[in-house]
Amino acid sequence: MATLFRKTLNWLDERFGTGSVEEFLRHKTVPVSRHIIWYYLGGMTLFLFIIQVLTGILLLLYYRPTPNDAFESVQYIMTQVRFGWLIRSVHSWSANLMIFTAFLHMFSVYFLKAYRKPRELTWISGILLLFILLGFGFSGYLLPWNTLAFFATKVGTEMAGSIPGIGKWLLVFLRGGDEVTGATLTRFFGFHVAVLPGLATLLLAIHLFLVQRLGMSVPPSVERAIAEGRTTERSMPFFPNFLLRDMIGWYAALGALGGLAAIFPWELGTKADAFAAAPAGIRPEWYFLFMFQTLKYLPAKILFLEGEFAGLLVFGAAAAVWILVPFLDRRIGFGRVTRLFTGLGIFVIGYIVVLSALALR
Amino acid sequence: MASIVSFIYPAMRYIIPPPVAESPSRFVVAAKVGELKNNSGKIFKFGSRPGLLVRLADGSYRAFSAVCTHLNCTVQYRSDLREIWCACHNGLYDLEGRNVSGPPPRPLEIFEVHIQGEDVVVTRTA
Repeated sequence: MATLFRKTLNWLDERFGTGSVEEFLRHKTVPVSRHIIWYYLGGMTLFLFIIQVLTGILLLLYYRPTPNDAFESVQYIMTQVRFGWLIRSVHSWSANLMIFTAFLHMFSVYFLKAYRKPRELTWISGILLLFILLGFGFSGYLLPWNTLAFFATKVGTEMAGSIPGIGKWLLVFLRGGDEVTGATLTRFFGFHVAVLPGLATLLLAIHLFLVQRLGMSVPPSVERAIAEGRTTERSMPFFPNFLLRDMIGWYAALGALGGLAAIFPWELGTKADAFAAAPAGIRPEWYFLFMFQTLKYLPAKILFLEGEFAGLLVFGAAAAVWILVPFLDRRIGFGRVTRLFTGLGIFVIGYIVVLSALALR
Repeated sequence: MASIVSFIYPAMRYIIPPPVAESPSRFVVAAKVGELKNNSGKIFKFGSRPGLLVRLADGSYRAFSAVCTHLNCTVQYRSDLREIWCACHNGLYDLEGRNVSGPPPRPLEIFEVHIQGEDVVVTRTA
């Protein structure tokens, strides 16, 4: 058996050059320190992304993206198709857990200063991937065509429309017209199953290539301790040691997803009606809550700007600063941790948590 | 460069749908007389957009565009507050359509209301 396996590997190596992959895996290592727990979050996010792809393909077998059929087709999946409730609930829970782990991954990278030279592009591709995941969340939210999603999409796209100059164009592009209609549903379906997966695959390939090329970052505090002789440089082989540990986490995540889907199946709500009032208690998915709550507090006019555009401008500027952190935090290039940037990270987490909690009150 | 533009231009034009003509109708039957109780409201269809018909406590009618001037949500009449409320961001309008609290930047568009036989007819003024 072992000989057959070896023969197959050799056969593949002659054709694909798989030996170099084997060689690469043999030499790839992961730094070991007290921060190692955070190193599993990227793999966990990737695992949940794969779950999304697989369950998404299964949902496509029954889902119909038209305003007359979308809600009913999801209802059919949930009530008639065998294990349809499980597939749809796993898709929804996994989407939320994936965004949660992506946020955790981002903040862990931020606080461990893993964005510092030469990993600036790894950071940027990661943030862009997070934006793509939020795009998946926003576009997927509308697909069941229920009331909450309908109004959340109205608000979200209207915000894009408030941008001076290109706003109107952007709004019509996103909605497929002036209003949220069946044309919007068709477009969001296209974004969700074709455009965003394409972009995500490309960015993921760049992100993973950079992680392999540059290796995993050692936190500055550990680097300092090694330099001062307080500890020694430790590492473990990626294959199989780290990967097996990764897989234990994935197995647990699969169990958690099954448990969540069985105990708390994802609700469908009521079918969207363009001529019904927005219901009380309306709010977007939890990862947009801090922005939603901020909009509630903004006055109609801030100086000469419309309130929502001023909010959008501030969030846009904050996102730009966040993306450019590796270039702004110059001291970290010399191994010196700046309190300003650590404080900024704590402020961002605090802002997101407090505003989201206020929105849930 | 010219050939790149010639490839991109049709695609850019393609993704923006052709404009849909607005409903030419300037009036609509929003309700039947007696359909609404005093101090209540109803959403009705006015062309492609929703309108809000309110019957005040004294039995008179008022009608507005039901599209919130903040971020386009559909507003509703709150009989407990006797005001018009947007659930999306907690905006409030009074019964003259004026934005009185929350983020809405402008008043609601006001329509005229007439009773014609058994029909409550709403007319766009502008």
